[in-house]
Amino acid sequence: MQLGRVARIVLGAITLVVLALIYLPLGVVFLNSISTSESLSWPPPGFTLEWWGRALHSTGALEALGTSVVVGAIASAIALVLGTLAAMALSRYRFFGKETVNLLIVLPIALPGIVTGIALNNAFRTLMGVDLAMWTLVVAHATFCIVTVYNNAFARLNASGTRLEEASMDLGAGLFTTFRLVTFPHLKSALMAGGLLAFALSFDEIIVTTFTAGTGVTTLPLWILQNMFRPSQAPVVAVIAVILAVVSVIPLAIAQRLTAKDAEAVSR
Amino acid sequence: MSKSPSRTALRAGLAATAVVSLAACGTSSSDGGSEAAASLGATEGSVSILAWPGYVEDGSNDASVDWVSGFEEATGCMVDAKTYGTSDEAYQLMQSGGYDVVAASGDLTLRLIAADLVAPVNTDLLESYDGIFDFLKDKEWNSVDGVSYGVPHGYGANLLMFNTDEVSPAPTSWDVVFDKASDYAGKVTAYDSPIYIADAAMYLMAHNPDLGIENPYALDEDQFAAAVDLLKTQNASIGEYWSDYLLEIQAFESGDSVVGTTWQVIQNSISSGNTDVVLPEEGATGWSDTWMIASESEAPNCAYAWLDYIASPEVNAQATAYFGEAPSSEAACDFRDDCEAYHAGDEEYAAQIWYWTTPVSDCVDGREDVECVDYSEWTKAWQEIKG
Amino acid sequence: MTSHRVSTYLAPRRRLQLASLLTAPVLWLGLVYIVALAALLVTAFWTVDELTGQVQIEWTTENVVEVFTEALYRTVTLRTLGIALLVTLIDIAVAVPVAFFMAKVAGTRLRHLLVIAVLAPLWASYLVKVYAWRALLSSDGLIEWAASPFGGSTPGYGLVGVVLTLSYLWLPYVIMPIYAGFDRVPDRLLEASADLGAQGWRTLVSVVLPMIRPAIIAGSIFAFSLSLGDYISTKIVGGATQMLGTLVYDNVGAANNLPLAAAISFIPIGIILVYLAAVRRTGALRSL
Repeated sequence: MQLGRVARIVLGAITLVVLALIYLPLGVVFLNSISTSESLSWPPPGFTLEWWGRALHSTGALEALGTSVVVGAIASAIALVLGTLAAMALSRYRFFGKETVNLLIVLPIALPGIVTGIALNNAFRTLMGVDLAMWTLVVAHATFCIVTVYNNAFARLNASGTRLEEASMDLGAGLFTTFRLVTFPHLKSALMAGGLLAFALSFDEIIVTTFTAGTGVTTLPLWILQNMFRPSQAPVVAVIAVILAVVSVIPLAIAQRLTAKDAEAVSR
Repeated sequence: MSKSPSRTALRAGLAATAVVSLAACGTSSSDGGSEAAASLGATEGSVSILAWPGYVEDGSNDASVDWVSGFEEATGCMVDAKTYGTSDEAYQLMQSGGYDVVAASGDLTLRLIAADLVAPVNTDLLESYDGIFDFLKDKEWNSVDGVSYGVPHGYGANLLMFNTDEVSPAPTSWDVVFDKASDYAGKVTAYDSPIYIADAAMYLMAHNPDLGIENPYALDEDQFAAAVDLLKTQNASIGEYWSDYLLEIQAFESGDSVVGTTWQVIQNSISSGNTDVVLPEEGATGWSDTWMIASESEAPNCAYAWLDYIASPEVNAQATAYFGEAPSSEAACDFRDDCEAYHAGDEEYAAQIWYWTTPVSDCVDGREDVECVDYSEWTKAWQEIKG
Repeated sequence: MTSHRVSTYLAPRRRLQLASLLTAPVLWLGLVYIVALAALLVTAFWTVDELTGQVQIEWTTENVVEVFTEALYRTVTLRTLGIALLVTLIDIAVAVPVAFFMAKVAGTRLRHLLVIAVLAPLWASYLVKVYAWRALLSSDGLIEWAASPFGGSTPGYGLVGVVLTLSYLWLPYVIMPIYAGFDRVPDRLLEASADLGAQGWRTLVSVVLPMIRPAIIAGSIFAFSLSLGDYISTKIVGGATQMLGTLVYDNVGAANNLPLAAAISFIPIGIILVYLAAVRRTGALRSL
């Protein structure tokens, strides 16, 4: 595109400044993780690796991490199935009430978490009369994760059009064969991106989680919330946050590479 | 063990993670009235405990904080601990059953007793009970008609903290956060809970005797309105309402807050900044928790064993130090070097504390001619105060 | 083969295909979510037993009337709306140039790096980031330290702190859909516009912006709705500030008064529904 040199430089500079601002608080988190002060004072009075040692031996944090991964994985899996089904329906068929279904999918993420949280809490405990547990948490997370999968899948299905599918059917392939051999390969990377986003949403969710997790179920954000209030644990929490942000680069990079490749293939 | 977070701080913090209890439940009969055990038998092999987070530590949060393993080795009772975030949640969980022991605060104990969910405790069966401070025994929040319903755990007061550079001379009255709060506008802090209204009521008790307040948890309409007005005025000077202990430490260290309510453990944890605490002449609000035994317990012997164990000096010292509150016995102080800071066993000090009690419409000060304002009204008023 | 038979049977029956696709997601969302929401809204018309704190099925409009008449709720609603709108505007203003740079200026490799750089902070835990902002905003924090030589000072804990922190937290959620929106604008279109003599900025305004409007709105839904329900950041950096989320939370958490909390929930639900209805036609709901 014909943007002037100045405009490009200005845009680049803005991006650079914004990125710096995004990483400034993370830098503070990193400093907390190696500061001898336990209460976030600035500038740090001294440095220590004690917290890193303790974080790596914190069984509570490891267990919570495990719980978060399990909850996130199951919730994303459910969201993948439901989101894909909905996306197929809305992209390939015309029907009355399409807008309503769309709204239905969007609503759980658009309404504030606290509303979703108390509504589900009330439904589980009062309407259904069950005790909160791990599965109630998974159900809640899956509900607000559907939208991310749906949107990614829907966008891809719309972009790729129906010609290939029609050709496949014309050549005698059945519905399932066409999905398996034509639709799904196209969708794969979009589903991957949607699934990853769903997992990320679930992984850092705290408000709905607060209201739908059983007493013994501690996800990582819940563990962090609890341990933020134990002062000698606060720097340990900072360590965990730093590790998470750094480690997350790996799946992000993989997903990024896959989607980019596929998106190019599709658009050509 | 390094620094000890306050029990109440954890509670306040964990209220944030509290799974709220809303399920409709059947009515509970209060016809029975369980009997206290007369003697003890063989332990049952396991015990299920419901407690505030951090009351039952087995080393999984912090390897150096562990008093459960010792109990399991000594008694053979395997501990299954569950934590709760609010007294309401604990009440709900106790109703659902399955717990042998519960650690309850003053705003929960009487409800549990009234619903017959907990049994009287035969304190003769507990070796550790004798050593417990007399001023904590047989109080209105842990006994009924002279019958004990549990063992006191630890206690503390909501003190007045001030920055010695900014607030001088050293205050002796809560007036620095009420009538004189505007001197420190933007730097006053107050505890973020409806129960803080009691602090204002206590202040009025001393400074506005015409209101006739006898107990800060028993306020009729007029008394309540006066306390709320006082807090609305105070709101203009508030920099921050705090409920998280770590946040208050940081606010006083940085100078964001210079005067306001606090706990002893916060003062002990402050490493920089010139702060001091005082128990003002009007007195202070505070807390005292109780270990109780479920009336339907299937493991009463293990339950008694736990009560005895957790009240024993060394364990009580460990647990209360971890939470930053005074222990329940003199002997526990042999295992703590900070008892003096917490005024443990100081009867005169303890007598100035108004322990947290849930306000209900039946006035807890015994008045029968008026209805008192109940806790749900306190909550609404608290939100209005904050605006 | 059964699947073959099912396939043959279904192939000419579009309605049936549609039904088999839609049943599961619609049942899930309907049964789990809509029923739960409806039950919550009904609860707003019930009462709470004072001693046991249990919800009683005693019909009353008291809670709802209270929420819609008392000044407290009006003040807090306006404050929350103001914060949410401000946060949304700030995020859009910041996100648009960044997303544009990522999608249309940066080369492929740099673009991939930037996407990762924007997304990675999302994993660093919401709570930890809010605490970091508390440290930054403190009167002996980094902002004060950096600003005081120039006569400035930290905004401290309060409204400004909340707006800054929330803008920070939701920024990646706003950048990503807008980036995807820019990405979908074909380069050819921009070139054609430029060829026809449009200046760079005019191209932006008259060609690109209308095309990415749905993406911007999609991003705004995130920032707006996440801000509307927040209570944790408010507690940590808000000083004495109350938001709608605080009121709802305090009524379920501390007061155990679900009916009143449910009544207060009417406000954010209403606001979001109006908002969604307003943006429905732009197709933004499909760009989330």
